[in-house]
Amino acid sequence: MATMTTQKLSTLAKTIRSKNAGVDLITFDIIFTERRTYERVKTSGVLTRESVACLYGIGLERISDFVEFDPGNAIKFTITRVRPSGSAGDPDIFGAQQYAPLLDIEVPVDVPASK
Amino acid sequence: MQSLRIICPNGHLGFAPIRPESFRLGVAARPDYIAADSGSCDIGPVPLGTDTSTSPLGWQTHDLELMLVASRELGVPMLIGSAGDTGANSRVDLYVKIIQELATKHRLPRFKVGYFYSEVDIPALRRRMAAGEVVEGLDGRDALSMSELDATERIVAMAGVHPFLALLRQGADVVIGGRSSDSCVFAAPAMHHGFPEAQAYYLGKVLECASFCAEPYGGKETVLGEVTADDVRVTAMHPAQRCTVASVAGHAMYERSNPFFEHVAGGTLDMSQCHYEQAGEKTTRITGAQFQPAAEFRVKLEGAGKVGERYVGLVGIRDPYTIAHIDEVTGWARQQVRERFGETGYELHYIVYGRDGVMGPLEPLRDKPGHELCVMVQGVAPTAEMAEEVCMIGTRQMFYARLPEVKGSAGSVAFALDEVLRASPAYRWTLNHTLRCADPVELFPTHMTHAGL
Repeated sequence: MATMTTQKLSTLAKTIRSKNAGVDLITFDIIFTERRTYERVKTSGVLTRESVACLYGIGLERISDFVEFDPGNAIKFTITRVRPSGSAGDPDIFGAQQYAPLLDIEVPVDVPASK
Repeated sequence: MQSLRIICPNGHLGFAPIRPESFRLGVAARPDYIAADSGSCDIGPVPLGTDTSTSPLGWQTHDLELMLVASRELGVPMLIGSAGDTGANSRVDLYVKIIQELATKHRLPRFKVGYFYSEVDIPALRRRMAAGEVVEGLDGRDALSMSELDATERIVAMAGVHPFLALLRQGADVVIGGRSSDSCVFAAPAMHHGFPEAQAYYLGKVLECASFCAEPYGGKETVLGEVTADDVRVTAMHPAQRCTVASVAGHAMYERSNPFFEHVAGGTLDMSQCHYEQAGEKTTRITGAQFQPAAEFRVKLEGAGKVGERYVGLVGIRDPYTIAHIDEVTGWARQQVRERFGETGYELHYIVYGRDGVMGPLEPLRDKPGHELCVMVQGVAPTAEMAEEVCMIGTRQMFYARLPEVKGSAGSVAFALDEVLRASPAYRWTLNHTLRCADPVELFPTHMTHAGL
């Protein structure tokens, strides 16, 4: 018998980052060291267009790309900015500090009840 | 020639200095070219708009000096793209002048310096649009309108390999480029020596950010790329770094919305069939890159337009009741600006650090502010005098905010400085578009001069 528990994405991924992709987009990369971990997160369904739109409180139309990048063991998505980077009032010209909410995403793990 | 080897010491030359140790190891490997891009649109629209660099002259000179002295010693060409952060004409002229001064300083034998410009003539573009040419928007933008063009101060076009190839064919020993696709700075020499486009563009893609394709993480270290007719190999030069399958594949997705495709002037690099293998302790080999020529030759344009002069104010807040009602505090100050200047004709921005300063509306925790806040106030207006007053009212009136149940009635905010500070003028990216070109080099006039004794 197995019980359902969870692990935070920050403990599973090697890299979680955000960065401009041009002046109108911010792109997010979640990169795993182990193929197995990547596959597990991929199939868990916690990272989807819908889930990240919900996490960031934005409409689905602002998710311009969502890619599962097998060669890099990575999940990647991109959002559109409301105003271009570096406009007056933009607090993150490089888009480099937008990833923090991803760190605490809970990923379900199947753990055997007894070994 | 069976293979061609290029070293890249810096992913954005001048923005932070080259690390010399791994650069010397790269030079000792006797590459055929030394190349780097020096620009990025990441720095925001202000440098392009104000025709300045964001990189200090001292760091630009440091990097160019290391590269120039090494390339002249080896007797191999040196290529620089996107001179001076923006690739504007004044930045190209600046880099050519630095090269000439360095050549004199080091008493280098005379050599040929090729350079090309990439600024777009705004009246000429206006005439083309008036004649029906559509300047298409990228990343969801609408086609360029006349009013957006009129609001634009300066435009640069993003060069592909073409002006680099033209200058290499003319025998340039150093090439200083205007705004360039960073991968093309490396793809051009590979294509100049007859290597296939697919391998050439992949070589550029993997080298463009220097050691960002290596691990462990550490920027500004030199990497060496080698291209053959069938593959690309990339090797980290720093003793503690390696290019691994993971680091190289991972780099393919850096700073781009789709990790499989890279668009350049003239076509698209398709990396969807790429195969990565560890070819040595510090080397990864990549095969399977493909290149699809574009049906229509379109060049990317970047443009910046001035919004106004800008002042900045800073305040701190510690009272928990005031923190809970911060939007009413800024609302009060906003209302005072409105009463002085009306609804339009200026911008007033509040960035509330400690609540959602970094992420704004994307912040999921904006209802859980910290025990103290810092608010950055930005006032933008057509003149410096008005911007200063907008910012001053928007800052100082926070002190006088009228909150009904506040205990502290002697001042709602703390000032570390009670003045407002002049900041860079506010600009915005008016162009992120593409323009159809009949001739691949029509926007990139090339020139040849010389340096040295």
